[in-house]
This record gives sequence, C-alpha cells and structure tokens, in this order.
Amino acid sequence: MDVLLNEAFLTTLLFGAVTAGVPLLLAGLGEQISEKAGVLNIGIEGMMLFGAYAGFVAAYYSGSFALGFVAGGIGGALVAALVVLLCIRFGLNQIVIGIAVTLGMEGLTALLHYFQFSKTYPRLDQAPVWALPFLSDIPVLGRALFSHNPIVYLAILLMIALGWLFRATYVGLNLEAAGNKPAALDAAGVSVVKTRAFAVLATGFLSGVGGAYMANVGAGLFVPFMTGGAGFIGIVLAMLARGKPVWVLLGAALFGISLAMTTALQVAGINIPTDVVQMLPFAMVMLVLVIFARHSVLPPALGLPYVRGER
Amino acid sequence: MTADAQVAQHRPPQSEGSREIVTSILRVLVPILLALIVGGIILLILGKDPLAYYGYVVKRGLLTWGGLQETLTRMSPLLLIAAGLIVAFRAGIWNLGGDGQFLLAAVITAALAPALVGVVPKLVILVACMIASALVAALWAVIPAILKARYGINEIITSLMMSFLGISFANVLIKLCFWDPSTTVPQTRTLPVEDRLPRLFDTTIHSGVLIALAVVVLVHLMMTRTAFGLKLQVVGANPAAAVHAGLNVAWLTIATFTLSAALIGLGGSVEILGVFGTVRADWNPAFGLLVVPLVFLARFNGYAVIGFTLFFSALMIGGDSAARRIGVPQHFVLVLVALLLLFLAVVEYLDHQRRKRIGA
Repeated sequence: MDVLLNEAFLTTLLFGAVTAGVPLLLAGLGEQISEKAGVLNIGIEGMMLFGAYAGFVAAYYSGSFALGFVAGGIGGALVAALVVLLCIRFGLNQIVIGIAVTLGMEGLTALLHYFQFSKTYPRLDQAPVWALPFLSDIPVLGRALFSHNPIVYLAILLMIALGWLFRATYVGLNLEAAGNKPAALDAAGVSVVKTRAFAVLATGFLSGVGGAYMANVGAGLFVPFMTGGAGFIGIVLAMLARGKPVWVLLGAALFGISLAMTTALQVAGINIPTDVVQMLPFAMVMLVLVIFARHSVLPPALGLPYVRGER
Repeated sequence: MTADAQVAQHRPPQSEGSREIVTSILRVLVPILLALIVGGIILLILGKDPLAYYGYVVKRGLLTWGGLQETLTRMSPLLLIAAGLIVAFRAGIWNLGGDGQFLLAAVITAALAPALVGVVPKLVILVACMIASALVAALWAVIPAILKARYGINEIITSLMMSFLGISFANVLIKLCFWDPSTTVPQTRTLPVEDRLPRLFDTTIHSGVLIALAVVVLVHLMMTRTAFGLKLQVVGANPAAAVHAGLNVAWLTIATFTLSAALIGLGGSVEILGVFGTVRADWNPAFGLLVVPLVFLARFNGYAVIGFTLFFSALMIGGDSAARRIGVPQHFVLVLVALLLLFLAVVEYLDHQRRKRIGA
C-alpha cells in the first residue's frame, strides 16, 4: 500500500481529479438549473463541445485564456438559444432536439476542426495558475487542490452561490415553480417561457465554460468528440443531486477521482485496464441506487413543454 | 372499460383521403430537402462543391453494386436497434442505453462463437450466440427496468449509466477474459468466415438483414395488432390511466425494457456473426444515439423506419468513402442528421399550428 500513499501518486490523483471534475461540476450545475425549471437538457453534451471549440479558437487567436472562457460560455449559450427557440418557445420534444443538438455539434465541431486545425494541431501554452496564498503551501494538498486556474475557484463559488439562489431568492422560487407547477407560476404573473429560457441559457453558458476548460486547461488543444460523454455524466449528476448543488460537487469529485485514477496508477507503476477504473463511479452510483432505492425527486413538469391554457 | 377498447377509441380514423397522404409525404420530404440545402451551404462555406459531394454519396451508397451491398449490410444492426427503440419508445420508456447493450452483446457473441466452432453444428452456433447475446443485453436492462418500475427512478439516467458501464465492461471482458493470445492488440478470437451468417446468393450481404427486416415487421405488428402491444401503448400514452385500466404497469415496464434491450443485443450479435467475426477492444460504433432520430422521423412506425434506415445507411456508407475521395470528413453526416431532425421538428410544429388554425 505504501506506493499508493506516496506524494507523487496523491498529487497526481488529486490534481487530475480537479482537472477532470471541474467540467463535470460546471455541466452538472448547469443541468441542475434547467432541470429545476422543468427542462430536460439532453443537448448539454453538444453545448460543452461547441463551448470547447469556441473557447479554444478564441484563446488560440487572442492568446487570452479569460477570453477563451467567455467565448466558450457564449458558444454554449448560442447552442442553448436554439434549444430555447425549439423546445421552450415552440414546445418541441426536448429529448429529440437534445439529441439533434448533440449530434449536430459533434459533427460541426469535428468538421470545423478538420478544415482548420487537422494539419497543424496547434496547442495552447500552459494555462495560468493562481496559487492561493497560504493554502497552496500545504504539502501535497496545496499543489493538488489550491494551485489551479481561477475558473476552478469560480466554479466552487458558483456552487455556493447557486445553493443560496435556490434556497433564498425569488429567482430560485420561480425556477422551482417553473418545474413543479408551471401553471401556478404563470398565474402569479411570471412568464414560464422566460424563466425556462433563462435557465437553459445559463445551462448553455456554464457547460460551454466547462467545455472550454476541458480544451484549454485540461488538454491544451481541441480534439473532435473530446467531451466524451461528460455532458451525459453532468445529466446523471444533476439528477442524482436532487436539486442540491453541493451534491453535484460531491458527484463530480467522485467521477473526477476515478477518471484521474488511471493516470495516477500509472505514475505509481501499477497497470490495470483503464476500463476497470472507469467503471467504478458508475457501478458505485448504480449500487447506491439499488440499495437505497428511493423515489427519485424530479420536477413533475420535467420534459414537458408549457402551453398556456392547455390541460 | 378495457385498455384495448380505450386505445381503439383513440386511434385516428383509418382514411382521410389522399390529401392526408400528400401532407405526410411532404412532412418528410420538406425537412430532407431543407437539411440537404443547409448542409450544402455549409459545404460551400468550407470550400467544397455540395453537388459533387451529394452526387458521390448517392452514387457510392446506392447506385454502385458494391456500395449498395455495403449499405444493405449496414442496415441490419441499425434496423434491430430501431426495433428495440420502437418497443421502448411506444411504451414511453426512454431506453438510451443502447450502446452498452449492443456492445456487451457483441462481445458475448464474439467470445462464444469461436469457442463453439467444431463442437456443435454451425446453425446451432449462430442461434445460440444470438440467444445468449440477447439475454445478456436484456439482463443489462433489468436493473434500470426494476428501478423504473418499482421506484419510478428516471430510466434515462439509469440506462445511460448502465450504458457507460456496459461499454467499459465489454472492454474489460476482452482484455481480461477473452483476449486472443495470438494477437498483440486486445481482441477476441475470430469466427472463421465460413462459420458466419450465410451470405445471400452471390452477394456480400449476410442473411442478418433478413432477420432484421423480419424483426422490425414483427415488432410493428406486435405493437399495433396485439393486445400486448396495445397495452404497452396505453402505458406509454398515460401510465396513470393504464393503472386505472387494471394493467400491471410495473410488469409491463420490465417486460418492455428487457425486450427492447434484447432486440438491440440481437443487433450486436448479428453484426459480429455477419460482418466482423471478432470484437476489438475500444471498438464502439455508437449506433445507439444515431438510430434514435430515425425512429422519431418514422414516428415509431416499423415500416417507415425501414425506409429511413436505408436512406441513413446509404448516407453513412457514401459519406465514409466521400471522406477519402472528396475530402469532406464523414462527420458531415452527423451534421446532416441533426439538420434533418431540427427541420423535421420545425415542420411538424408549423403543421401543428396550421391544423390548430383551421381545425379545432
């Protein structure tokens, strides 16, 4: 067991867990906002992927990582705007449109990448790191957890802010009403369509930033299909978190650790198939669901379009 | 009132004249045309000639004998997945775990079939592999099915998770249990060509296509003409009403979910028995998500799905070679499918609005 507790292993593991977990955290938090408002956003994978592409392009041509994140967010929100138009405004099937958006963005970004970068495969420089004062001096943990790109700390702050938003503000109440009883929200004089539209745009922005983080910080370059199901894991996290942002963080940490475990084990000189490790978080979650099977808590109006006066 | 009578009442009138047929053809043709046009504009922007691309795809996918055979061969896994999805979607169950079910089934067949060669007759091998694969795929859906039926846990998350789990597990099986020692890259032992599904006449098309076509038609008949199918449709349309009608919704949910997975698993088995004969580690065609749009385009209709699958297979096969010949990566096919779905949805919406204006 000694080999598993040495410094290099732990640092690699935890540092990698943060890098892998932050996009999942952002996607999961984003999806949570949509789900609260009664929108099942299956297209989140497409939003992440376009965010990754847009973020990489912006960062590559401007040389600014900050601009890259903003562009990633805007890119994700643009894709989300399409979902808003079709699913929220027109009331079309959210699952169909979500899958269409994911497939379309997979194809589009791969196509754009092919024509722009497939001959050169440009890379970004190392992303800037903020080492938090004092905390980053702690042995092992300091380097693993407190020396990251600022977006990591922003994501944690966002998680806290969302918890407050859901719990203590009218915005949170409106979101919840849009998912639980949209007709009541409408009767109270708040537009269900607008509430849901903002929720989906926020989802798009956050998942876009998550995608940009994957490309610009995690990989340093854009590769087609690079999100590899992170958006779907985000959906899983949001559904399991039952509306509590802190649970999204725990879930993202769990998945992040197992994603990072493979590299860390290689550092420690242990070779087991990556697939075994990658099964762990899913197996664990399924096990928890089977053992503690409870009725899932999802908004009753999840996935249903709201048409005023119908039913 | 029995459930069957309820459904019968809600079924649309059989014939509303030829105008209805024209509109339903337009509802499909207009989105296809729009998708091709917008796709063409994208190609133009990227500096490629859209007409040359489309022409090449049609020629390669449908009009050359070799291409047509490949297209028809590609249809069999897609059709079987579509059959599985139709069963689930008609019953209102979102089985999005198709990829895991497909891949696990493929690995089971690839592990079992070479081991049986020389032990039992060829026909027995084929049938045994298909049954075993379908069973394993069904087994993989049992947990999401029970969680959905018993506790109402959303099957989208659970089937997605089981899918990720299944894909990894399939790889683990290849790397740790079924790795053919004579290969350097992890893959299962290979089923000899002469032991695979028999070819049709003098073609390269294997007989799995016939199985797939038969299954799709049977599924369609089951869903529309049998009591079981109608019960499933009631569950899909309104689970609460189904409970009141005295249907055992929990049991129906589990039966549907496992049947859906079994059919998808059959698709994986047939693809190995007919085309590859082996599964390499990390192979994942990811057909599951691609077939979902086709099933929606066909409005869960088994006959219509055959047409869309032909169209889509030709697009895949033609797009694959266009990637090499014309320099448009095959990912462009994904863009086309997405555009098709979007326009289909929009046309449907406009049609719905039009009906609302003139009708009710």
